Amino acid sequence: MLEYFLRRLAGTVPVLLAVSLFVFAFVHLLPGDPARMVAGPEASLEQVERTRAELWLDQPIWSQYVRYLDQMAHFELGRSIKTHEPVSKLIGERFMPTLWLTVWSMVWAVFAGVGLGVLSGVRRGGWEDRAAMIFAISGISFPSFWLGLMMIDLFSVRLGWLPTGGYGSWQHFVMPAFTLGSAVAAVMARFTRSAYVEVAAEDYVRTARSKGVTERAVIWTHTVRNALIPVITLTGLQFGFLLGGAIVVETVFAWPGLGRLLIDSVSFRDYPVIQAEILLFALEFVLINLIVDLLYGMVNPEIRLK
Amino acid sequence: MNQTPSRPALLDVRGLSVTFDTERGPATVVRELDLTVAPGETVAVVGESGSGKSVTALAITRLIDYAGGRITGGQILFTDRTGRQRDLAIEPPETMRQLRGPDIAMVFQEPMTSLNPVLTVGAQIAEAITQHQGLNEKSAREEARRLLERVRIPEATRQLDRYPFQLSGGMRQRVMIAMALSCRPRLLIADEPTTALDVTVQAQVLRLMRSLQQELGMGLIFITHDMGVVAEMADRVVVMQHGRVVETGEVVELFTKPRHPYTKMLLDAVPVLGALADHPLPAPFIIGDEPHVEQDTVRHEATPVLELEGLTTRFDVRRGFRLVGRIHAAEQVSLTVAPGETLALVGESGCGKTTTGRSIIRLEQPLGGTIRVNGEDVSKLNPAREKRMRRAIQFIFQDPFASLDPRMTVGFSIAEPIHTHKLAHGPAVRERVQTLLGQVGLLPEHIDRYPHEMSGGQRQRVCIARALASEPSLIIADEAVAALDVSIRAQVVNLLMDLQTRLGLSYLFISHDMAVVERVSHRVAVMYLGQIVEIGPRQAVFGDPQHAYTRRLLAAVPVPDPARRSRHEGLDDSEVPSPLRRPNDMPVVAPLVRVGEGHFVARHSVGGMY
Repeated sequence: MLEYFLRRLAGTVPVLLAVSLFVFAFVHLLPGDPARMVAGPEASLEQVERTRAELWLDQPIWSQYVRYLDQMAHFELGRSIKTHEPVSKLIGERFMPTLWLTVWSMVWAVFAGVGLGVLSGVRRGGWEDRAAMIFAISGISFPSFWLGLMMIDLFSVRLGWLPTGGYGSWQHFVMPAFTLGSAVAAVMARFTRSAYVEVAAEDYVRTARSKGVTERAVIWTHTVRNALIPVITLTGLQFGFLLGGAIVVETVFAWPGLGRLLIDSVSFRDYPVIQAEILLFALEFVLINLIVDLLYGMVNPEIRLK
Repeated sequence: MNQTPSRPALLDVRGLSVTFDTERGPATVVRELDLTVAPGETVAVVGESGSGKSVTALAITRLIDYAGGRITGGQILFTDRTGRQRDLAIEPPETMRQLRGPDIAMVFQEPMTSLNPVLTVGAQIAEAITQHQGLNEKSAREEARRLLERVRIPEATRQLDRYPFQLSGGMRQRVMIAMALSCRPRLLIADEPTTALDVTVQAQVLRLMRSLQQELGMGLIFITHDMGVVAEMADRVVVMQHGRVVETGEVVELFTKPRHPYTKMLLDAVPVLGALADHPLPAPFIIGDEPHVEQDTVRHEATPVLELEGLTTRFDVRRGFRLVGRIHAAEQVSLTVAPGETLALVGESGCGKTTTGRSIIRLEQPLGGTIRVNGEDVSKLNPAREKRMRRAIQFIFQDPFASLDPRMTVGFSIAEPIHTHKLAHGPAVRERVQTLLGQVGLLPEHIDRYPHEMSGGQRQRVCIARALASEPSLIIADEAVAALDVSIRAQVVNLLMDLQTRLGLSYLFISHDMAVVERVSHRVAVMYLGQIVEIGPRQAVFGDPQHAYTRRLLAAVPVPDPARRSRHEGLDDSEVPSPLRRPNDMPVVAPLVRVGEGHFVARHSVGGMY
């Protein structure tokens, strides 16, 4: 298991290097003079030249890249063009709200998605199956801004149970996490169901029944456990996707997350912030894939031991 | 109930009917079936695919409830361990669950897919024990270990913590048997338990099942399509066709005096090893009243169609970037095939026979050795001539369904090589395809059919027609008849031989089925661990085998004659060694030694055998 982990870990190094190269090239690939872009449109020629020297843009490209890697390793991400605050501080402030929103959304999504998926797989063809799949279709089809607004209208405006938006106590989490998680839950329910149905037809499930194992053990030990293997991949992908910040949900609920930061910085052409966010998303995906690989190895002995 | 109290039937199935609901309405696949099994008795249920034999097994255990079928008539009277007779056709699911395991157990065909891949072997055996015997986990594990020893699995303690993918097919089937026997069932139903296994492993497993049955005194229903296995195992035989029982009888009587024409046909179609012991040349199966015709087609003096010299193919096994081993799939394989000759390449799974075939047409890239086709070294050919060489050799695969594109008509598939090699143009293509269909015994109108509209035998004929389309001189047939029912198998073998007579074709016939090999081949090459250990005229290799492995292979073939049973007592339970070796651990390869006219044998140690 340790060797497997180290192998996976080593595998992430080339990916991270490739991403850093891409993000590094980002500034150089954009049209126009990078020094002028970073210095801002109102900067004087002298300021632009000073920025150029500050950013080592007058140095050879390989030395720029080495310096850039060194900076990244120390979380020196530069300053925002818009607010002149350090980018690391901006991102740091926004990261935790997004992370927590993602975690709670995914808890809800996995709980509801896997639960409904297994339920409809076990009772396939029955009314439970149909009800669960109607939920799944609704979850995919309802736009999240609509769902969010309807919930605000009901629970905040009419009933006054939950705050309309913002970040703080657990009450602030309920509606955004539910809204964000429901769309994911719907996809997961459908996915889990089809994985379940596929595994339920496997020979080894028939073997389990031929041993006279209780139906509960047939479902959980023999079917669900194998059906969850592909679901892990989907969960990891969705998790990484949500960590990128949910632009619509964050906007509806005035959530101070990375999604809104990204929108703001794109509309202001705040390149250092955009750059840092791309790098962060890439890092998150790499990390999540590593975790998914580890979970895979835990669930599937064939991967772990080969 | 008018049964004698001394020997009450363990199982008494009366008028059983099973129906599946399909899109086209209900389909009854078992009709009014009667079947009895006494304690300690072995009843073989035989029939070809679609006869309803597996469905019968699922109905008795009521696993049919989970497979989309329902019992629509009849009784399944079963005497349980308390001596109470129950009708399994109407018992509630929970009662059936409690009976499955302690009273009725099953062993299935596919050991590769019948065990849960994410649970250890020990956990899967222990599960049944804790479920029905109320033992705690520790004692269940201990019991599982005892069971593994009982099914002769070496190092049982270590095997408990292994996963199914770490075990060979034969070992997995032993685990299945251990699992089925864990609660000492009164009735064991084995559905084609050895069909997916190699013949030497099959012999081991059959012997094991027989001795365990005697120890436990259980009733055994043995479902199979293989008359050799029936002769080996059964006390009584039930022959099924199209969901009905057509004949029932004591095994010796049924083999010697079959009454129903279908039983006669089944027995006639079974290839019997040794049938051509007195004939030097191969001969087609005798179907009906056809005469015995010898296949004298070899043109010895002509340039060989295929010559292999020292063909070597290895596969690297890597962990990360590190080379941890090599599979020596083919080591220094040398052989020739003359025009009009059939050379059989025999051996068990993993011996390298398929890799050798694939290396010839470069589906695998050989590491070394020369391949000469019609006298030309293929590595020295320019692209145009290489294309011609590819035309000269065609391949037929085992699975006739998987090797035809399901979305294309049969005509399209057959025409493809004609277009590729520009052998005909315009309307002539269609004519040519229809001629080819005629040559393989199909009708011109089959040209517009899709593969799913045809039977397995017809599909394999289509594959043969496609191979013939490019006018080859050599066809490599890789287990080409292994997936077919016996009656169809005989017909397809005869077709191949007939084509050899008419077109002067050569075959490299890759097979594990020794009885079929005896029918078709002029010469035989036996492969073991990537090497040819014996090669020579078929009569010499079969009649006077010189290599220990050849003898072992031949001894393991079940003989479809109940009078010649139990010859396997001398067989050991050893596993075939692995062709996977460490990177620098090269196997010993030495030239074969001549022992007779064209008969050569390995005298160096190959996996410990001489």
